[in-house]
Amino acid sequence: MNATPELIAPPSAAPAPASPSVHSDGTTIPPPAFAKLFRRAPADVAARALPAALGVALIVHRLAAKNELANETQLYTQFLTGLLVAAGLAAVAQIFWTGLRQWLRENCPILAAAILLLGAWETITAGFRWLPMPYFPSPAGVLQSLVNDRALLFDSTWHSLLLLLGGYALGVAVGLVTGICIGWFPFARYWGMPVLKIVGPIPATAWIPLAMVVSPSAIFSAVGLIALAVWFPVTMLTASGISNTRASFLDVARTLGAGRGYLIFRVAIPAAMPSIFIGLFMGLGASFLTLVVAETIGVKSGLGWYVTWAQGWAEYGKVYAALVIMAAFFSTIMTLLFQLRDRVLVWQKGTIKW
Amino acid sequence: MVTLAAAPDLIAEGSSLRVREVSKSFAPADGNVAERGEETRALERVTLSVAAGELVSLVGPSGCGKSTLLRLIAGLDAPGAGELWVGPEPITAPSAERGLVFQDPNLFPWLTVRRNIEAGLVARGVLREKRNEVDEFMRLVGLEKFAGAFPHHLSGGMAQRVALARALINHPKVLLLDEPLGALDAFTRMKMQDEVLRLWRARRTTMLLVTHDIDEAIYMSDRIVILTPSPGRIERIIAVDLERPRQRSSPEFLRLRGDILELLHFAGSTAAA
Repeated sequence: MNATPELIAPPSAAPAPASPSVHSDGTTIPPPAFAKLFRRAPADVAARALPAALGVALIVHRLAAKNELANETQLYTQFLTGLLVAAGLAAVAQIFWTGLRQWLRENCPILAAAILLLGAWETITAGFRWLPMPYFPSPAGVLQSLVNDRALLFDSTWHSLLLLLGGYALGVAVGLVTGICIGWFPFARYWGMPVLKIVGPIPATAWIPLAMVVSPSAIFSAVGLIALAVWFPVTMLTASGISNTRASFLDVARTLGAGRGYLIFRVAIPAAMPSIFIGLFMGLGASFLTLVVAETIGVKSGLGWYVTWAQGWAEYGKVYAALVIMAAFFSTIMTLLFQLRDRVLVWQKGTIKW
Repeated sequence: MVTLAAAPDLIAEGSSLRVREVSKSFAPADGNVAERGEETRALERVTLSVAAGELVSLVGPSGCGKSTLLRLIAGLDAPGAGELWVGPEPITAPSAERGLVFQDPNLFPWLTVRRNIEAGLVARGVLREKRNEVDEFMRLVGLEKFAGAFPHHLSGGMAQRVALARALINHPKVLLLDEPLGALDAFTRMKMQDEVLRLWRARRTTMLLVTHDIDEAIYMSDRIVILTPSPGRIERIIAVDLERPRQRSSPEFLRLRGDILELLHFAGSTAAA
């Protein structure tokens, strides 16, 4: 914390234009006019912002917690204190550690904002009790529920994961096959496309009444519904990607001696990969929705079931705890798919931005 | 190991090519009211024979059917009438023995340079036996250092060299070049002309080059086929009897250039130049 005054000068003091940002691939892009307003703070300021925000949240918590039972708020106190210590250590360590400084400069503003948001949440729930109880517990209450009920939450997450992966894998496998057939073979397109266009847009959850009748168990029907929800976007985007393969790629491959197998598997499918991945992402979103609905209605396990069950007991702390788990769970799976995309589509690097 | 470039006389891969009375028309495009009902006659009774190992250019204004003729020889389209042969065999479908290089290199963007060059071997299922040839062809076009690069990192000239290597690795009997250097800048183009000539000499492949650059046609070919548009017909075939390497500013070169421009009714522009 012994930075020179120039380093910690407030951003508004310098009338100099915002410096151009350097992209990871080395190209510089000129900053837009409004960038001046959002110019990143120097590392020192950024590193201090996080402990400051945590300090604010801790003070808010101590004030608000006076209204509540000590054993329900203790955990949150420990949680914030632990974070504060970690942030303080990071603020010191970043003076010597360039990598950490870079990371803090990138992530401190958003992390500090998240902490302040927690503080605001606690203020309006536990502090002033502006929102009706028990529907809106404080963050301290949610954390307490999360920890108290961790065994059941873990079990529910595990069941949701199995159901999701089963349904998603089935939907992707069938969707790729039908998509490739519809995209490549004219007869498959003639017979398959109308079915796809009529059946596909029906939300998978609308089939629940039928699924309950025909399926031997709720798990089977849930897997089938998730697969159906995934199948439509995957088929649609795969078929479109395959049939939009550049004709000259196919021409070149033919003059290189390619047979049908090469044309489909080594030209059309790789060429369709960017489109196929859009389908995979859309299918993943649809699978989350269908999973939660299926668990809410029929399946007797999983996070969707847990939310309904906790709501039945009016334990809203647990409801929010399950939502927190869901957010972490779904975004992790989404991130994994993004990483797979980056790996498979490495040849596009620098040409795509999404 | 004997490199290909060092022993040009050992290899004579080219095959003769015959085109007899070939015509090709295209149905009118849908929705174009003005042209509805009128089909485009891209080629009309075109007859041409090319000797094994010969380098022949097709020159003419756009719409004269040069590219159509190349696609017919490649087997990508079927002629409306007439026959085409490579050596003794009629052309019915695309084949690895007739390589094709477009103006756009059309490299597979999802494959590295090396894998692009290998594509023909993979397609024919002979990669295992011929893997050592890949290195040879990478060297032949001077791209050893870029083996792992993806096509979007390559310059236009480099990408076109990869496309040439990719077509040549199948040892085609005929190499069809559809304005392969058309998108390159003037200097790169002149360098690539020498490159193509070097490959041609090394491999003695029969080459058919579509171009609208008259200098390129004179500089490179044994014979120049002049086509005229609507319908596409052969106007004249000119033999170029100049010693290689040819001088682009020699009087013979310039005289030939003037003759061809006159045939194509652009004689006025030579006077200005």
